[in-house]
Amino acid sequence: MRVPVEWLKDYVNIDGIETKTLVDRLVLTGSNNEGITDFTRQIENVVVGKILEIKQHPNADKLVVCQVDVGAEVIQIVTGATNISEMDYIPVALHGSTIAGGVKIKKGKLRGEVSNGMLCSFDELGFDGSVIPKEFDDGILILDQAYPLGMPFLETLKLSDPIIDFEITPNRSDCLSMIGMAREVAASFDQTLVHPKVYEDKASSEIEKYASVVIEDPDLCPRYTAKVVQDIKIENSPMWLQIRLMQAGMRPINNIVDITNYVMLEYGQPIHAFDLDSVDEGKIIVRRVKPNETIVTLDDKERALEEDMLVIADPKKAIALAGVMGGANTEVTPETKRVLLEVATFDKTSIRKTSKEIGLRSEASSRYEKGVSDQLPLIVVNRICHLIEALGAGKVVPGLIDVYPNPKDKVRIPFRISRINQVIGSDLTEEDVIGFLKKLDIRVEREDGLVAVPPHYRLDLDKEIDLVEEVARLYGYDKIQMTLPKAATWGALTNGQRIEKTAKTELLASGVNEILTYSFVSKRDLDRIRLGENSYLRNQVELINPLGEEFSVMRSSLVPNVLEVLSRNYNRKNQSVRIFEMGSVFLPRENDLPIERKMLTIGIFGEQEDFYSLKGIVESLLDGMHVKDYFFEKEANAPTYHKGRCANLFVGKHLVGTLGEIHPLVQEEYSIGVRSYVADLDFNLLMQMTTEDVLFTPIPKYPAVERDMAVLVRDEVTSRQIETIVRRVGGKLLESIRMFDMYKGKQISEGHKSVAYALIFRAEDRTLSDDEVNGVFSKILKELEAELGAQLR
Amino acid sequence: MKEILNQLLKSATEEIHSAPGLKELEEIRVKYLGKKGEITSVLKNMKDLSAEERPAIGKVANSVREEIEIILEQVKEEKKKVEMDAQLEKEGIDVTMPSKKHERGHKHPLNVALDEIMDIFLGMGFKIAEGPEVDTVYHNFDALNAPIDHPSRSLSDTFYITEDLLLRTQTSPIQVRTMKQQKPPIRIIAPGRCFRNDEIDATHSPMFHQIEGLVVDENVTMADLKGTLDMFAKRLFGNQTKTKFRPHYFPFTEPSGEVDVSCFKCGGEGCRFCSGSGWIEILGCGMVHPNVLEECGIDSEKYTGFAFGMGLDRITMLKYEIDDIRILFENDVRLIKQF
Repeated sequence: MRVPVEWLKDYVNIDGIETKTLVDRLVLTGSNNEGITDFTRQIENVVVGKILEIKQHPNADKLVVCQVDVGAEVIQIVTGATNISEMDYIPVALHGSTIAGGVKIKKGKLRGEVSNGMLCSFDELGFDGSVIPKEFDDGILILDQAYPLGMPFLETLKLSDPIIDFEITPNRSDCLSMIGMAREVAASFDQTLVHPKVYEDKASSEIEKYASVVIEDPDLCPRYTAKVVQDIKIENSPMWLQIRLMQAGMRPINNIVDITNYVMLEYGQPIHAFDLDSVDEGKIIVRRVKPNETIVTLDDKERALEEDMLVIADPKKAIALAGVMGGANTEVTPETKRVLLEVATFDKTSIRKTSKEIGLRSEASSRYEKGVSDQLPLIVVNRICHLIEALGAGKVVPGLIDVYPNPKDKVRIPFRISRINQVIGSDLTEEDVIGFLKKLDIRVEREDGLVAVPPHYRLDLDKEIDLVEEVARLYGYDKIQMTLPKAATWGALTNGQRIEKTAKTELLASGVNEILTYSFVSKRDLDRIRLGENSYLRNQVELINPLGEEFSVMRSSLVPNVLEVLSRNYNRKNQSVRIFEMGSVFLPRENDLPIERKMLTIGIFGEQEDFYSLKGIVESLLDGMHVKDYFFEKEANAPTYHKGRCANLFVGKHLVGTLGEIHPLVQEEYSIGVRSYVADLDFNLLMQMTTEDVLFTPIPKYPAVERDMAVLVRDEVTSRQIETIVRRVGGKLLESIRMFDMYKGKQISEGHKSVAYALIFRAEDRTLSDDEVNGVFSKILKELEAELGAQLR
Repeated sequence: MKEILNQLLKSATEEIHSAPGLKELEEIRVKYLGKKGEITSVLKNMKDLSAEERPAIGKVANSVREEIEIILEQVKEEKKKVEMDAQLEKEGIDVTMPSKKHERGHKHPLNVALDEIMDIFLGMGFKIAEGPEVDTVYHNFDALNAPIDHPSRSLSDTFYITEDLLLRTQTSPIQVRTMKQQKPPIRIIAPGRCFRNDEIDATHSPMFHQIEGLVVDENVTMADLKGTLDMFAKRLFGNQTKTKFRPHYFPFTEPSGEVDVSCFKCGGEGCRFCSGSGWIEILGCGMVHPNVLEECGIDSEKYTGFAFGMGLDRITMLKYEIDDIRILFENDVRLIKQF
């Protein structure tokens, strides 16, 4: 809401209050500041001048040379303007002046002729193109009357005061108006509101001769008031009114339209003027749309109307889309002689729906959407009539049409001082509270307790808590103390949150970087990772209204997201990359929220990286989380992965995840030029596999005996098979087994490999003898030979 | 004999001092002190002395032996040190050459900021509550007193899965779930992903992150709200931080407010981060609306509460001077490794 301070002064005395003080106080009472326009900060040394003479420029067809009297002297100015005449009063930017946008004006020569300044347009004086009247669109601003020559221009049009832009919260529709803001100012500075002058109706009524109103659908139109004005003279509004409209952000059109806009800005009540001679029988019917009805609105667009929309009609046709926009068929034109002024209230939900469905949001609809008081039309209708007569735009026909079938009762709100203090944490007395409410014109009555009666325009006040807020903001949020809640609560992570933190810490320690990617993805992502048509992950949660195909389903796997990030990093020439994401995946359920599971997906590539570095990251993670009994098994059927370099991770009998080298086709699909590795772990499941209590194992007292073993086995024998046998046979005496070499090639027969292990034996209670160890060791070798055909080398 | 002994001491001392290395010192030791050394042979002649002379000479012999030993030891230590220094000198390296640093991983900047914020609230007795990203219209809007025709419910603002399911637009549904599950006293923060139907540009993302807080108990007041948020701001942005509470409007709280903190970049003087105002808006807050408490089964006469919410992305961007939200979701490791 743009509030020109010069206009505000009509309703409230703020003499001597600095703009900053005004703004700061209003911010603290709830009207946040969104900017201040101050002409005096940008316009300097622009004065009133009078054009004495205009001559064609000797060397340029499109330029003229003017002699301009600026008070102290007569100066020559060259201009290309075409809308000026001799004797016009115009704003002149003198040599050394500043105009909008910080542009400095200096004297100079234009095609050989001296020019000592510039004649200014509205645009050059800082007005937005959208509010400049058509007649001045690309011409010089011609002042409406004689001003003292040399007078600072800003004083002539009263532009020295700033325009303050306030943010109006959606509950305060009453503040979308000059008077609403003036009320806030008055309440904040202990002033009284000065009401503007209104028309006083004559005793006899003649309006019935000209017009009538019927409301057929009072649920959508609670009140309709109308006035008729005749002997209309359409012309430009006076300059002061045009300037106020422009400052408030509206383009002046003509006196009748301008007055309706002016009063709308004043009170927040939309007003529409119909050309009464175009309204059949002068009869206004407020009704729902008829089947297949259309209307051409004021912006010359034909609108197809839908059921349940409300129109203003005459007996033959729709003449306005109620509360949204007037119809072209009853538009006020320069030829208009008589107008019917509509000041009505409409159901806000209906207006919102209509304006949304036809995609048209107007000054009127945006106000109706937020709610307009039923009591406003009576005041507003007489304010317009006053201005019309005062400005000589027409003659008001005595009498008023006011259709208000179901008058609303006044809202009465019982409230307690104790409750107010309980919520605010204050110590206010009854007198304090009543004082604050009074500033807002909220009447307080006494019944069994206190009852507040808000003024009609405060549609947001309905409950006791609403009054608490009013008291709090007038008391001042800044005056409320600062204390801390008293209850003895303690802060702590849940077990799950703690495990998650541990897991992330382990990954960070392994040099893996955390990423965050979108929860919604493309459906095609699963094709890109070669997932089978029948995979359960294909059953995805779909958005009704996605931003686009690439964000159309909730992800059922993090693998595509991780690959996408690997790809981006690869293509940005990041050499070696380790990343992980911990996040939710979604699977739909019938008539219920989707299942959300937390997944942990790791992706790596780089010169040093291979399957075993990824496996190392995973093992460090599992060890850090104290997960026991995990093992890896070859997986040759996971479509995303290299069939020879992929494993499933089991904890006990649970499959917890898959890891491996990415399939060359997937790698190609993601334009990653190097071998990449991905581990995809079900973190929800993994969390349940952690050992909560870690127990201390005594540090061994007796020495260990180490034996190295190198055996020859067939290629398909796995390390896990060998280890399993070694552990089984080694029993309690075997402390650990570690592979330290795998060799293929010379001296090893085709289809075989040599594998070497370091075995450590130890007993808890004694020093092992060589004999004992030799016995176990040879048993191990025998067993390996028997079960796997292993030959000692 | 005494003279012989002193003579030996003198010559031994000279030899020791002129010995070039440890090996020579050992030879000197053997020569004088060894089993067949010169002192020993002198002592062997003791038997020729009278009983009166013997103890005196014995004393002299011992002290000469001790003295030689001491000098020998001293010089040996010196030589050892010199030799070791020479050895160390030879082993010298260029310490300015690159290190063998182990590269650790880095948290995403959003989570660096989130962890810092969570730590502050954990320290103030808050627990951390979580909830689903896909939630019901009821939890996201209805239970939060959002008017039935509120624009935020529209398809152009909110992503829907079905008529009843949506992508949460705020983390407030977690508050609703908490209040329905737990009796006061409640003190939680609810961080998480949120979604709004916004086209992607430098300042908008259809996915973003919020942190909301909720405190419900008997006698919780706006003063508690102010105190809590002021303390939070001081912990996050530094002790000199000031807070300004302004009235505002939210459907789920009343009275409602917005909180500005004194600009933590310029200290309140005015700079590009605070658009010259000296203040930065970071929080929305208010007293939980009685309608919301009642909807969640909490007696609004007995209990009051406050709630607040902030945008994690915005705070992260302000704090680290990141000017484009898109960069947060690109996950270029060159960004992440800075945190």
